[in-house]
Amino acid sequence: MTRFSILSLMKNAASGHRNWQPTWRNATPRPDYDIIVIGGGGHGLATAYYLAKNHGISRVAVLEKGWIGGGNAGRNTTIIRSNYLLPGNEPFYEWSMKLWEGLEQDLNYNTMVSQRGVLNLCHSDAQRDAYARRGNAMRLHGADAVLLDRDGVRRIAPFLDFDQARFPVTGGLLQPRGGTARHDAVVWGFARGASDRGVDIVQNCEVTGFLRDAAGAVAGVETTRGTIRAGRIGMAVAGNSSRVAALAGFRLPIESHVLQAFVSEALKPVIPNVITFGAGHFYISQSDKGGLVFGGDIDRYNSYASRGNLPAVEDVCESGMAIMPMLGRVRMLRSWGGIMDMSMDGSPVIDRAPIDGLYVNAGWCYGGFKATPASGWCFAHLLATGNPHEAASAYRLDRFRTGHLIDERGAGAQPNLH
Amino acid sequence: MRIPCPFCGDRDAREFVYRGDAAPRRPTADDEFHDYVYLRANPAGAMRELWYHAQGCRSWIVVTRDTRTHEIFGAELAKDAAR
Repeated sequence: MTRFSILSLMKNAASGHRNWQPTWRNATPRPDYDIIVIGGGGHGLATAYYLAKNHGISRVAVLEKGWIGGGNAGRNTTIIRSNYLLPGNEPFYEWSMKLWEGLEQDLNYNTMVSQRGVLNLCHSDAQRDAYARRGNAMRLHGADAVLLDRDGVRRIAPFLDFDQARFPVTGGLLQPRGGTARHDAVVWGFARGASDRGVDIVQNCEVTGFLRDAAGAVAGVETTRGTIRAGRIGMAVAGNSSRVAALAGFRLPIESHVLQAFVSEALKPVIPNVITFGAGHFYISQSDKGGLVFGGDIDRYNSYASRGNLPAVEDVCESGMAIMPMLGRVRMLRSWGGIMDMSMDGSPVIDRAPIDGLYVNAGWCYGGFKATPASGWCFAHLLATGNPHEAASAYRLDRFRTGHLIDERGAGAQPNLH
Repeated sequence: MRIPCPFCGDRDAREFVYRGDAAPRRPTADDEFHDYVYLRANPAGAMRELWYHAQGCRSWIVVTRDTRTHEIFGAELAKDAAR
């Protein structure tokens, strides 16, 4: 693997940039591996990378039914943050934030991590109290949080509609270390790091069934590219989690829902950080190309269609207009949909499946992108050692049975409300 | 997306509240509640699901819809479906 540096850049510039090599190896599957990871998105590739790097296990295959990063890794709004309240969540997301901060040096790849700050707006005294509590919870777990008053918000984002009649801006909670990262580069960076350590990345390879041994444990998978054997199999397939689980004969506490996202035409810099609306569901940032990248609620009905309907589009745009009237003259360039694995308490699962040798990484709801490095780190730990990683110890599959739910929103067992 | 309400005809999906899979039935045994409350088949394809016509006739209806295409095959009143 070429190590990227100013020297490699100068060398390739001298030869007219004609000699760059592919970033990662597009492998043909071998008949058997130590570990198979189903799903070549950010989480699956990060898992393979940390399996090789942290645990020295490189006889690993990542099986992707389409092309890597073509699912939710390519459909998110690229926000990274660790502003959670509950003790089951915050240590995990803060660990992810710390991994983001060192990711580019670790991968030797420009993932364009930009710590431009994530600002959650509040619109009432009660909401401000809730943000104070959340900020304190974050700081107790070593994250950063700053409670801003109106003037503090105004210094960062003077263009907001502070005196909006229904939802005036009363302040905000800022996480200065939060921000954005380049979604495709994250996928390619992890793929490159994993591939370089011997991991086989196999594309156009859909899992169609599981092989079981005499004791009932998984022994491999049937795929569209033949049978591949492995004693340990991890699934990181986001919106398709229930379908893969069905192949293995069990159900998950998950529903699949479509979440739409949007990008506008490119503008000169107008939005300095990530801003979220506190009275509806709306989040926005500006990409380095200048497009405003934004989104809101899911469409709220089960869907595998990767496209949504117009009521959700209208709702997102109304929410945007409620805090940023300047958006009214911006033209929307594209919208798309991704399939979210909405769990019953709004929090993920990184745990053993009810079948020996099979492991589940699922239930990320809207929040999978920011979790990518820590999800890979903790899932690799689970696959390598058989035990949950300390930071993900609350993400057990049996918590729905034992009552140890992690419900940030307090919405109950209704996935479309999380 | 339009939902074919048995009383009101084709109505905009915005008039309805979605309540998910219509298959789970409230169990009587305590140890069956976990599966009833939390586990879902979550099929990719035809699915029978509950919609509530909150801004219309206020009926609960069971709609059969393809989750891959959003195509709707039909709807009936939930009280008829439960028989």
